[in-house]
Order: sequence, then structure tokens, then C-alpha cells
Amino acid sequence: MNQFCIQKFRIQKFHFQRSQLCIPYGLFLVCFVLAPLVVIIYYAFTNGEGKPTLENLTGFFSSPNTIGTLVYSLGIAVSTTCVCLLLAYPIAYILARSKMKHKSVVLMIFVMPMWINFTLRITALKEILTVLEGNLAYHPFLNTLIGMTYDFLPFMILPIYTTLLKLDNSLLEAAADLGADTVQTFMKVTFPLSVPGIISGIVMVFLPSMTNYVVLDMLYNSTYIMGSLIGAYFSAYDWHNGSMIALILLVIILLFTLFTNRYADEDAGSSRGGVLG
Amino acid sequence: MDRNTTRENIIELKHISRTFDDGFRVVDDFNLTIQRGEFVTFLGPSGCGKTTTLRMIAGFDKPTEGELLLNGEDIRDLPPNRRPINTVFQRYALFPHLNVFENVAFGLKLKKLPKTDIIKKVKKALEMVDLEDFENRGIQTLSGGQQQRIAIARAIVNEPEILLLDEPLGALDLKMRKEMQLELKGMHEKLGITFIYVTHDQEEALTMSDKIVVMSEGKIQQIGTPEDIYNEPKNAFVADFIGDSNIFSGIMTGKCRVRFCGAEFECVDDVEHGTMIDAVVRPEDVTITAPEKGIIRGVVTSVIFKGVHYEITVQSSKNEIVVQSTRKAELNAAVGLYIEPEGIHIMLAENTINRIESGVDKQYRLNFLGGMLDCDIASLIAGARYNTDGVLVDAHGDVVEPDRIKVIVSVKPDDITMSDDKEAGILRGHIINLIYKGDHYSYVVRTEEDEDFIVSDEDLWNMDDYVSLLIPKEKFHYALKK
Repeated sequence: MNQFCIQKFRIQKFHFQRSQLCIPYGLFLVCFVLAPLVVIIYYAFTNGEGKPTLENLTGFFSSPNTIGTLVYSLGIAVSTTCVCLLLAYPIAYILARSKMKHKSVVLMIFVMPMWINFTLRITALKEILTVLEGNLAYHPFLNTLIGMTYDFLPFMILPIYTTLLKLDNSLLEAAADLGADTVQTFMKVTFPLSVPGIISGIVMVFLPSMTNYVVLDMLYNSTYIMGSLIGAYFSAYDWHNGSMIALILLVIILLFTLFTNRYADEDAGSSRGGVLG
Repeated sequence: MDRNTTRENIIELKHISRTFDDGFRVVDDFNLTIQRGEFVTFLGPSGCGKTTTLRMIAGFDKPTEGELLLNGEDIRDLPPNRRPINTVFQRYALFPHLNVFENVAFGLKLKKLPKTDIIKKVKKALEMVDLEDFENRGIQTLSGGQQQRIAIARAIVNEPEILLLDEPLGALDLKMRKEMQLELKGMHEKLGITFIYVTHDQEEALTMSDKIVVMSEGKIQQIGTPEDIYNEPKNAFVADFIGDSNIFSGIMTGKCRVRFCGAEFECVDDVEHGTMIDAVVRPEDVTITAPEKGIIRGVVTSVIFKGVHYEITVQSSKNEIVVQSTRKAELNAAVGLYIEPEGIHIMLAENTINRIESGVDKQYRLNFLGGMLDCDIASLIAGARYNTDGVLVDAHGDVVEPDRIKVIVSVKPDDITMSDDKEAGILRGHIINLIYKGDHYSYVVRTEEDEDFIVSDEDLWNMDDYVSLLIPKEKFHYALKK
């Protein structure tokens, strides 16, 4: 009888409910996502004396310098994304649709730079650009664009490649069967069905290229982008303005994601959602 | 008259063959003429080349040899988008990013038809498949049967000269399938378009077609109306594939007299006396009678209720005979079986002797599929002998070059035994075909050297079994190839 009780006790002791498995993840979310967010919001809406204020917000939008930084960041991000897309789509298309035997090897060649340390790659790029241009200071925007594209291209190729690879060949045959030539098949079937991949690619390139100021730093582009502005405020111990800019960036990214997500939904049917879908 | 018939032919396939890059011949010398408005079905087991043939007609695949004529013109090099042919795909292949209307209108929009015409035609096509008011639905919201109908609507809306259907009902449940069979047949009558239909379902083929093309291993086995194919199968494959059948090995014993299952029957086919034949008897053509009234006697070994009839198996000495009857039989009862002369269909026995062409090496040893066979080549050539150098010379003393000698090695199917001990036999291979012949099974074993052997065995082996073939030395017969 006694033994039975012990056994029963043990079973109860080790019986987890499935929801309890979430505890570690919950803790992680609270410590590293929710709490920092609360701290950022707190600092963004207080001043040096700890009193609530909207000055940080109005300050950002009334200063031509900060607005200029925002525009410049958006400019870098949009042009990087466009260049990446224009370069990546043909590569992904050729790789996915060709009957090449070793296409994974070719794909790997495009992706392989990601395995090499990022700063090392940019340093090497810097040397090449210096040889070509003489002085990097002549073309700061162009250099940044080249650096960002070099860095983020694989993130555009991979999702597009994956969607194109999954594209059912019978759909292309059906289009041809119904009278579409190669160009029409591409415009009416292949491209619309690859939109989810394009969206993922855009999200993966656009967002980091708005904040990645290391590329600018290393290529001697002294113009601030959003990332470097935040860094500058925090180095000067102005946590309040720094937090506000981080928060503004967060909102921009959130709006952007919601927009692309809805676009992906409309275009490719609900079964092929975007990042948040 | 001649001119009239040529105009009626819509599509002609002449000596069409398709070989894949790895050398596999999927379609072999396919010859077929289809008349305008016909409902033709390609029927065969999977891998028989029926879908490849259809894809060549659609233009997705190109024949490696042969001519493909549409209305008398060669369309071999015409891309699919320029052929007046539309396809209903096996998995429908509807565009997931377009709604029902846009899917059906896809072909019409490419033809740049006026918008009002497009709307009218799409509406008509959707009515045809009973899905009016579905225009704005997304493809994912439709059931399998509805998607099937949209796929049909998308094809027929273009008013093609030929409609190709690649196992279109394969993914539907039985009841739906039967319904769609009748609807498709009705649609064919209403539209007057030529239908080419691919299926592995013999019942579907028999129900719908005007003409059936039975295929196996890339070759046409028989072309005919459903009645022809069912009642007069040309060979054991067709008989076995179409409907249930008993196939027995037998021999002709006189004018319209045949002997099989240990008894003599009267039949209607006049085949030369003494010919080895395969007799096909449909289960519904066998009548169960009292033991003393039957031509053969046997014992009932199983009775299965099938709804409309009972399927009764009768064992008569070594033979097993399947009977369909509306009257039940008692298990283990002694019965007699009677077969009307009209119920016996005689087919000439297929080439039942295995013949393999082999060469000899420099020492005049027979090289048989990678192994050496003990055969005295000199004995095959009249007057030939070996000279002192070990070189074979013929009666005139001329040297016989070893690479010019070809020997036909033949083995009877009865002389081969199968074993699952891989090391036991001289050849190894997989069973690729089996047909029950009443008292034994006839197997086709494809060896590692890609040679097919016909083997008779009383035991049941399974398809794809890996077996080794035992052939006693004395059972080989050798003949010189002329």
C-alpha cells in the first residue's frame, strides 16, 4: 500500500502538462523582448529628470538633421532592395528552372560569402573599391549601396529560389496548353506565383539595410543612417532620444511588414502568407 | 471515298517512338489514327507509356521517331501553345493565384477576345460543368470534384479540336467518379469534340470510349471497340487486364475443338489442329451444374458475395476456375462446370520459348549473359572442327571468325525453376509480370542483363520479387543464327 502511494506520488511529480513546456520560452520572451521594449518605451517618453514628455518625439520630427537621416536611411534601404531584387531574380530563376545537374553547387557559390566573416568581406571590398575609385570619399552613397548589396544579396536569392523551385511544372504546361507563349507564361503565372518569395526577400533585405551602419562606417561614409544615429545618442548617454528613434524605427518596420504581408496575401492566396502570415 | 476518309482523320500517329535520355523506350512504334469526334481511350497499367503518348499529342514531349499529323499536317515541332488542343491535367493544374473566372478565362484572354464575349463564354462553360455562380470563388475553397469541373471548363471554353484528359478522375472517390464518367460522356456527345482519354481503370474505359487502345510496356496490345476488347482479347495481357478472366494453356484437338483443364471443349474459333493456345474464359460464361452434367468437375473452394453476383472459385484437379453466378454455391460441394462454345475465346499461345542471342569469345566458348556455357560450337556447324592451333575451321578448311558466330540459346519456360536463394541459379532478376494460367503461373523475369525470361511455376511469387533462375545444363538448346 505504501509502495503504491510512492509510485502514485512519483507519477504526479513527473507529469507535465503540455502548456508547462512553454515556460522557458515565456521567460525568454519576457526577459529579452517584453522587458526591453517596456524600458525603451519608458525612456522614449521621459526626459533627463524622469518626467513624462513628448519632446523626444516632436524633437525628432522637427529637426531637419534627423529627418534627413531618416530619408537617407530609407534611400539606402530602398535602393539596396531594388538592386538586390534586380540581380537576384534572374539568378534565382535560372538556377531554379534550369535542368543543370549541379545547381546546388552553383547556388552555394552565391551563398558562400555568408560563411566568411562580415567585416573581413567588407574590408576586402573596401580595398577593391579604393583601387577602382582612388578615394572612397568621392562616391559614399554608391559605395554603401555596393557594400549593402554584396552583403544582402543571398537573402534575396534564397527565398525567391525556393518559391520558384516549388512552382508546379504542370501550371506552366497548363499555361502553354491554353495558348501562352514563354513570355506570357512568365508574366501571368511564374512571376505572380513567385511574389511570396519576392516579399520575403524584400523584408529580409530592406529592414537590416536601414540600420546596418557598420557597412557605412567601414566604407568611410560619414553620413548618419538610423542605426548610427541611435548609436551616437547612446554613446553620448542620451538614452531618451536614442530610445525614441529606436521606437520610431520599430513602428516604421511594423508598418512596412504589415503592408507587405497584406500585399502577399492579396496576391498569392491565403495559403502562401508572408512573414507574419 | 478515299478523300472523304482522309478528311475525317483528325490526328494520326505514325511509327511514334519516344526514348528517354537514359535509353529507356517508353513508347515503341505507336501507330494510331483517330477520327474527328471520336472518344478514344488509352488504357494500360502505370508506366505503359500512355501518358507520354498523350503528352506528345499535347506538345509537352517530342517523339524521338515517327510522324505526328494533325489534319494531315506534321505538328512535331509546333509548340503546345499553337496547337488547337487543350488538356485536362491529372492534378487539375489550376492557377492558385487566380479565381474561378480568371482560370476559365485564361485562354480566352490570351486570344484577346472582347470582354463581353469572354464573360459570355465563361458563363456558358461554367453552366456546362454545373458550377454557375462560382466565378469569384478562390481555387483553394473548392472541393476536389469542383476543381475537376473547373479544369474541364477551362479546357473546353477554348473550343479545341481535341480535348486530352490525363486520368482526370483518378483523385475522385468512386461515386463521384461514376457520376463524372457519365457527365463527361454526355459532354462529349454535346460538344462533338474529339476526346482522348488516358486511364488505367478498365471499367472507366469500357463505359466511356468509342475506341480503346490497350497499351503495355510502350507497345499497343490491341485497338478496338470496348466490345471487341472485352470479347475478343488478342493476347493474354489484354484478357487479363480487361475484366476478370480465367486463362488456361491448351491445345487444339480438332476442328473447333480444344483441350484444356483436362477436358475437351467445343469452341467457335477455328485454329489449326495441334496448335498451342491460351483459352480465355470470362467468369460469367462458366455455368455451375450438377457434377455429372459438367464437362469438368471440381470442388468449390471459396464463395464471395459481390453484390450483384457471387464469385465462386472451383478447384478442378490442378486448375482453379473463377465463376460468377447469381446463384450461391455451397463450400466444398462437388460441382460440374459447363462452358458454352461462345464463352471460350482462343488466343495463339505467345512465343513461349525463351530465345537469347549469344556470342562466343576467342576460345569459342559461348558467352551467355556474362557467364560461360558449356557448348561445343563445332557441333553446331556442319563439318566444322578445330585445327591444331585451336582455331575453328569449317568444312572447306576456312577459318571461322569467333565474332561472326551468333548462337541462339533457347530454354522452355517449364525447364526453368525459380529460387529465392540468390546464389543458387545462373541468372538473377526481378519478376515484372505474372499471369495465372489455371494450373500454373506464367512469369516474366527481367534479369540484371535486361533480358526477359518467361518462366512457368506452380507456386505463387510476387511482383518485383528478386529471384534467381535455375536452368539445368541439359535443358539448354543451341542453334546457330543464320
